[in-house]
Amino acid sequence: MMFAQVPPTTDPPVPTEFSTPDVDAWLILPLLVLIGGAVLLLMVASLVKSLQDGRFAAYATTAIAASAAICVIPLWARLNADGASSTFNGAVGFDGFSLFITVMICISVALTALVAAQYLIDEGFGGVEFYVLMLLSAAGGVVMASANDLIVLFLGLEVLSIAVYVLVASQLRRFASTEAGLKYFLLGAFSSAFLLYGIALVYGATGSTNMSTIKDFLAGNLLTNNALLLAGFALMLVGLGFKVAAVPFHAWTPDVYEGAPSPVVGFMASVVKAAGFAALIRVFVVTFSTYASDWQPAIYALAVLSLLGGSIAAVVQTNVKRMLAYSSISHAGFILVGVQAATDDGVRAALFYVAAYSVMIVGTFGVVTVFGGEGDHAHSLDDYRGLGRRRPALAFALTILLLSQAGVPFTVGFFAKLEIITAAVGAGSQWLGVIAMLAAVIAAYLYLRIVVSLFMQDADEEAEPVRLRTPDTAVAAIAIAVAAVMFFGIVPGPLDDVARDAVPVLVTRG
Amino acid sequence: MISQNWHLVLGALLFMIGVVGLMVRRNPLVMFMCVELMLNAVNVTLVAFGNELDDIGGQTAVFFVLVVAAAEVVVGLAIVVAVKRRLPDATADDVSVLRG
Repeated sequence: MMFAQVPPTTDPPVPTEFSTPDVDAWLILPLLVLIGGAVLLLMVASLVKSLQDGRFAAYATTAIAASAAICVIPLWARLNADGASSTFNGAVGFDGFSLFITVMICISVALTALVAAQYLIDEGFGGVEFYVLMLLSAAGGVVMASANDLIVLFLGLEVLSIAVYVLVASQLRRFASTEAGLKYFLLGAFSSAFLLYGIALVYGATGSTNMSTIKDFLAGNLLTNNALLLAGFALMLVGLGFKVAAVPFHAWTPDVYEGAPSPVVGFMASVVKAAGFAALIRVFVVTFSTYASDWQPAIYALAVLSLLGGSIAAVVQTNVKRMLAYSSISHAGFILVGVQAATDDGVRAALFYVAAYSVMIVGTFGVVTVFGGEGDHAHSLDDYRGLGRRRPALAFALTILLLSQAGVPFTVGFFAKLEIITAAVGAGSQWLGVIAMLAAVIAAYLYLRIVVSLFMQDADEEAEPVRLRTPDTAVAAIAIAVAAVMFFGIVPGPLDDVARDAVPVLVTRG
Repeated sequence: MISQNWHLVLGALLFMIGVVGLMVRRNPLVMFMCVELMLNAVNVTLVAFGNELDDIGGQTAVFFVLVVAAAEVVVGLAIVVAVKRRLPDATADDVSVLRG
């Protein structure tokens, strides 16, 4: 038998008293703020008619996300004083890693809410529910990042995903959105089932769903037959691979990115990816560290395929949203390179990349939202021609964000790519580093194509120009993203230090 | 006496039926049912392992999975209805405004 053997008991002991787990609610304060804020927002907006205007909800969402991020500051101080711990009977972890991802998710939510504010009013859908779903989805992401138990991880993933299915399909007037919702839902649920089956097999092989118990079990026991465990790894990797859109589990990405409302795509690309990679790092790099030599080749293959597949497929696209979808696959490949290294440096580089990418992509989709014009449809490269003359400031902002995605020096994207490649070389995967650089060069061509459309080509004379609005909230969000990209591109030190401190650890009991 | 392994085999078979069904069938509703089948196959597996390991964790996990499946049904059916309203006889192949 391949199970963790438990001595058979003829007479199972009857528990005499019911013990409740020890709960330290302070440790999950950001999560409580997000969920409580979402419920409160929904309640207030349904009771007070005058607040149903979308702007109030957008500002409230920004405030809730910002306060959740601010809650992290005292927790970070506490972490430095007392060290990592866990609560809920060891089911929820509290470490620098979870706090880092929490802050990243909150920032993405705040920026997306600003981008979406005027867009939702103009397009006439969503309303308060849109923001509530976004906050709840972010709460799911936070749960995923701090999960210390595989079942909790699964619950976080589902809270995150189910809300996003609705967000993607929310623009009922545009059929593309509904269709994207259907595709994302079917494939997302499919991949969740894979993840769950993987969890079940790992549970069967190790006898627990608690990650620290699993880690101790794997370190202390040599399984005579580890087929069950390895099958569990593979299935979990498939499930998480779908969520982070790694080739060959990426088929949904271009369609969903094209069909979903533009602000939602920014949200998906930042929050869902960040949470997915948080789970990937915590499960594989930390929990299954003893079996690194078994799962590293699989992630190596995913990284190579995503890097090259994403960059090459992106080049032949003509729709900007699809281009960005494929480029997001390529970015996922970069982060996988950091995960594959399975070292502290690799984790740090992956975290830095996730942080940089979240801000870049929310800003990029902020500009894409504005350039989409009325009806959110003007997303082909031809539609972008001449926008450098019509909207010079926004076009310039998009250029900076795209250059950062390409990894040009003096933007944060450069340091993100540099750290990933350094970590890969440090872990002995030189060839992976070379492939990553090659992919970066191919992808640079794609970003330059968009920039050339913006500035070097004039709009079609006969064609009716797309009506553009430049809402001030979206401009503010884009400005924040650009400022962050430039600032950390020149002074990456602070972000790098925080990423260095944010190492994931597993603690058995609080 | 049926050995525990047979429960695991049953779970694996149900899961495979779900996977194949989702790939082969083109009706969104049937594809959705296949996902539910996959989740329930995992439930069988979890209970079998819980029994084997003499650990209550496997069976409690099933309750969480059931709740998640119910939440998925709510959202999934809403999306399927939204699609069916637009295209009453839709199969997954017809739903192709987007390339791919």
